[in-house]
Amino acid sequence: MSQSGSELLRQVKEQIKEVDPSEVVQLLGEGVVVIDTRETEELTAGTLPGAVHIPRSFLEMRIEGVVPDRSQRVILYCASGARSAFGAHTLMAEMGYDEVQSMAGGFVLWKDRGYEVEVPRSFSAEQRERYSRHLLVPEVGAEGQQKLLDARVLLLGAGGLGSPTALYLAAAGVGTLGIVDDDVVDLSNLQRQVIHTTDRIGTPKVDSAAATIKALNPDVNVVGYPARLDASNIIDIIEGWDIIVDGVDNFPTRYLLNDASVRLGIPVVSAAILGFEGQLSVFAPGRGPCYRCLFRQPPPADMAPSCGANGVIGVLPGTMGLLQATEVIKLIVGAGDPLIGRLLMYDALAASFTELKVRQDPECPICSRDPEDIGDDELGVFPDYEAFCAASG
Amino acid sequence: MATIRIPPVLRPSVGGEREVEADGETVGDVLANLVEAHPGTREQLFGEDGDLNHFVNVYLNDEDVRVLDGLSTAVTAADALVILPAMAGGALLALRS
Repeated sequence: MSQSGSELLRQVKEQIKEVDPSEVVQLLGEGVVVIDTRETEELTAGTLPGAVHIPRSFLEMRIEGVVPDRSQRVILYCASGARSAFGAHTLMAEMGYDEVQSMAGGFVLWKDRGYEVEVPRSFSAEQRERYSRHLLVPEVGAEGQQKLLDARVLLLGAGGLGSPTALYLAAAGVGTLGIVDDDVVDLSNLQRQVIHTTDRIGTPKVDSAAATIKALNPDVNVVGYPARLDASNIIDIIEGWDIIVDGVDNFPTRYLLNDASVRLGIPVVSAAILGFEGQLSVFAPGRGPCYRCLFRQPPPADMAPSCGANGVIGVLPGTMGLLQATEVIKLIVGAGDPLIGRLLMYDALAASFTELKVRQDPECPICSRDPEDIGDDELGVFPDYEAFCAASG
Repeated sequence: MATIRIPPVLRPSVGGEREVEADGETVGDVLANLVEAHPGTREQLFGEDGDLNHFVNVYLNDEDVRVLDGLSTAVTAADALVILPAMAGGALLALRS
């Protein structure tokens, strides 16, 4: 026996519970998951505050990613309350969800009643296409992509680590990338510094990197600093950035960066490489330990691995740089467990990862204090320590 | 015999091995036996005062021995020690200078 669409809708509505917008407005922010089941192009007029967008056509496939707990209370809405009624029926009758309701009258009634709406900033058609694979990932989606486009990430160095990091962050649509590097492209860089090209040998790395980034993604605004970080310029350069990617090649700068970033409260995604081995960690002020908690002092010059003539296998900074880029994106979109308070060691020859705990030092000379009390003359300084690695040459 | 994971910077001092084994009931004993067998590791690991250098961390499995009992931390044969020296960018400075 066939039946009309309107008959089917009437039957479905008898089997589910509808909830009035006046009740939904009371429930916002109270632990109820609200899902907007309209199509993407219908969202331009706005959404309910905090609603998650899953188009009706993808509801069954994506609901478990958003609502893994089937006892969670869920409210669906669409434009008028029809599609969300069908969706609620499916989730309860066929997927075992306990309490899924449909908002009566949908977004149209919600808006007519004058309740608050969030108007999403819209993507251009080109952006929608460019970032389409991000928009399909629940952990990113439109909201996460907007955060990426709004993000400001500063890369220290456009070298081995900075090259792959910059490429992938640019591809991901990180809206503003800063690059600090005072070097020019050298033939020996090209074994691993993949953002540069043979015809740019002799060109400043910030210019070469900017050219590649712009060619890859014109959405990205590049800010170049053809400078070397030191105590006199570090605060001016790093202030105002959301996240710093540290691939610096010497210990004095690494400690200077640590101290300045703790003072300004900027998280640092840090990596180091040598030979076939890499280290990676995230130092997030206020959320975990800092670099000084991990290593109280840098090694003396004659023992510092960075100070000798050491080689590196070209793909290693690629691997570590992309792990850095991954941590940056996680921090921006707020997904997953960032590598805070943990250090990841990668041994390329053994093809093994080892994870170590990094504990906050309650007596850390920098991060145990009120950040505002950290003075300019203390940044990167070791009171009991001389003979710094090349005193930073 | 506890296993000790040797970082790249120390491998030349232990004949190129990535892991070595050493006896000892505490972290300090194990490291002392490592140093005795491979004297080239001493300078990286220990200062003149006999304490661990501040630019090298030692982990018992995944935990920093500084939050355990330091060099007195007990070690069993099933444990792995990890020596972690501070590293910077590696080759990049060398290529510049």
